[in-house]
Amino acid sequence: MKLVLEDVRQRFTAADGTVAEVLRGCTLATGEIRTLVLIGPSGGGKSTLLRILAGIDVPAAGRVSFDGRPLPRDEAGLLAWRRQVGTVFQAYNLFPHLSALDNLILPLVHVHGMTREAAEARIREPLARFGLAEHARKRPASLSGGQQQRIAILRALVVEPSILFLDEPTSALDPEMTSEVLDMIVEVGALGGQIVLATHEMGFARRVADELAFVADGLIEAHGPSTEFFDRPATPRLTGFLAKVL
Amino acid sequence: MIAVAAGLIALAFWRIDYDWKWDEVWAYRRRFVTGWLATVAISLAALVISGLVGLVTAICLGSKSLVLEAVARVYVELIRGTPLLVQLLIGFYVVASAVGLENRFVVGILILSLFSGAYMAEIFRGGLKAIPQPQRDAARAIGLTRWQAFRLVILPQAARIVLPPVAGQLASLIKDSSLLSVIAISEFTLAAQEVNAFTYSALESYLPLAAGYLLLTLPLSWAARGLERRLRHEG
Repeated sequence: MKLVLEDVRQRFTAADGTVAEVLRGCTLATGEIRTLVLIGPSGGGKSTLLRILAGIDVPAAGRVSFDGRPLPRDEAGLLAWRRQVGTVFQAYNLFPHLSALDNLILPLVHVHGMTREAAEARIREPLARFGLAEHARKRPASLSGGQQQRIAILRALVVEPSILFLDEPTSALDPEMTSEVLDMIVEVGALGGQIVLATHEMGFARRVADELAFVADGLIEAHGPSTEFFDRPATPRLTGFLAKVL
Repeated sequence: MIAVAAGLIALAFWRIDYDWKWDEVWAYRRRFVTGWLATVAISLAALVISGLVGLVTAICLGSKSLVLEAVARVYVELIRGTPLLVQLLIGFYVVASAVGLENRFVVGILILSLFSGAYMAEIFRGGLKAIPQPQRDAARAIGLTRWQAFRLVILPQAARIVLPPVAGQLASLIKDSSLLSVIAISEFTLAAQEVNAFTYSALESYLPLAAGYLLLTLPLSWAARGLERRLRHEG
């Protein structure tokens, strides 16, 4: 995928009426890559940007295009985009009133028009491959955080998305569960999936990213291929950030 | 506990040698039963109608339209700020006669429904708010339309959450329906009052009245507690 951002801005209006400009003009042009990783301090705008890329929110200004095709701004267009991609959030992805199996089947049946039998057949192999088959009948409340996130990733994958968006998928997990989720993401990448990931896991970012973008204070302060990004940080701010987290 | 209380009361009456006139009241048992059934019917009808009113109001309260939100807010504040008795009197003697609606039963159910609807709205609002925003994000992210997200994700979860307080609201409706006797609707309380008027035996008329209400409200509160417990464990 080639991602191009032109002066992307986002604003939030708080309950008391104050307006905060969370993204202040993000500009970016990637090469032809498979995995893009967004890093940066909390509150810097990573998640906000990711939500725009995934079609969840509409930017206040600016343009986004994937492979030369601009992201729609109308709800109908965005709905079509969301159905084409997959998104996994930090937590609360799964619907607690449904079993893991029903969670997985829901988008296939209600969004992509498959029958229940066809949907169940489709998920059988991925469930087994990622070691989740034994948990299929359980409700999310009976699953560990790591299992829940892996089921959530699977749910995003079974619709065969063109891009998988992950917004800090391991930030709410303990180290052991974090690694099982990260392993799954590595495998998704290895199978050829395109990924946009926002994360705090620097070691992991270094491992999987083709290119990285450093998002801080609502701007993309630095961007580049993974090799030079860490070895030759482009700005003092990035140097400081990396010094703290690596 | 109830047995102890009943035992103490029975003892007190035995001590003052009260002349129980149960057989006189027994003659009117038909009236009691009909009244009790009327109360059940009124309460169920009001539950359904107030449920709909409450749902619409809850949606309006959360609506982006300032007008809808204001109308809903005024309705809720008015109803919750005035006694049901006052609403009954105004509703029946002023509004109903102005509109020409004469059937007391229907008027009573409507006023009761409007009253309960305001409380239902708050219950539903609480249920909808209890669903975390990331859930709605997840529903949108997998490509569900707003209606699909509501039907498949929000509603099933909210329904589970509101079921215990709604059961409580039904119990309140059953008790509040007793006020309908004030506008001469033939429900349970009025039946007891009439029997008392005929037989001059207040206790023998009103104790079964209380028992009749308990027969309805006790299973409800037991069910509501059971539901609450199950919900807590389901996470």
